[in-house]
Amino acid sequence: MLEYIWAFIIGGAICAVGQVLIDYTKLTPARILTGFVVAGVLLSALGIYQPLIDVAGGGATVPLTGFGHLLAEGIRKDVEEKGLLGIFSGGLTSSAAGITAAMLFGLAAAAIFKPKDK
Amino acid sequence: MEIKPELYKDMTEAVSPKSKSYVNIPMAFLIGGAICLLGECLLNLFEYMGLPKDEAGSWTSITLVFLSALLTGLGWYERIAKHAGAGTLVPITGFANGVSAPAIEAKTEGWILGVGAKIFTIAGPVILYGTAASVVYGICLVVVKFFTE
Repeated sequence: MLEYIWAFIIGGAICAVGQVLIDYTKLTPARILTGFVVAGVLLSALGIYQPLIDVAGGGATVPLTGFGHLLAEGIRKDVEEKGLLGIFSGGLTSSAAGITAAMLFGLAAAAIFKPKDK
Repeated sequence: MEIKPELYKDMTEAVSPKSKSYVNIPMAFLIGGAICLLGECLLNLFEYMGLPKDEAGSWTSITLVFLSALLTGLGWYERIAKHAGAGTLVPITGFANGVSAPAIEAKTEGWILGVGAKIFTIAGPVILYGTAASVVYGICLVVVKFFTE
């Protein structure tokens, strides 16, 4: 039960940080998303993100910082196994499922739904 | 009465709706938290079905991305996002929304330079700079590995 509460609190808190950035800076949504992914890579590299996932589970993996963590983790694993090649293969390998799903369902949505009248 | 630019600015600020942080931030927290809670439930469901942790994580992402693309197509995601702000932007569903919404809107511009190009409006920068950051990290790891082995 506790893990669900932590998922809600930590996940909510990460989103609240995003809202603070929207309200108090002039950052656009695209910049915030990009910033969160890069921040996730950085926090994962510093070893801060994994402990957060251990506590919050989905609360830390669902926000886009979790996507950044996935990229960093993929790199870490592949560099360990393949050395230099891992730099090129690790990131997108680990995040392939999410990226492919987004593109595939995005394409399907474009095929099925009509654009809204502006 | 002569309307000077400064006065005009004050006037528009007076009539335009103010974004209230004391409403926005709790809303982002609640709805963002709810989406993450859904993710945690899916994660446990897939693990309960016998999948290893990393595969359960991938299926959770795929499910959330699917739901987001569906709600975006139906026009519901935008309606929730109006109240949730960063609560629907920061989770992976916000990324999926940023992929599907421009893809649907670009349909009138054709499938190649319309949908094919615009689908990466948000995903492009996110994937590019995310990958670039992870490569910088990878270089650091290789250097450390070189000197410690």
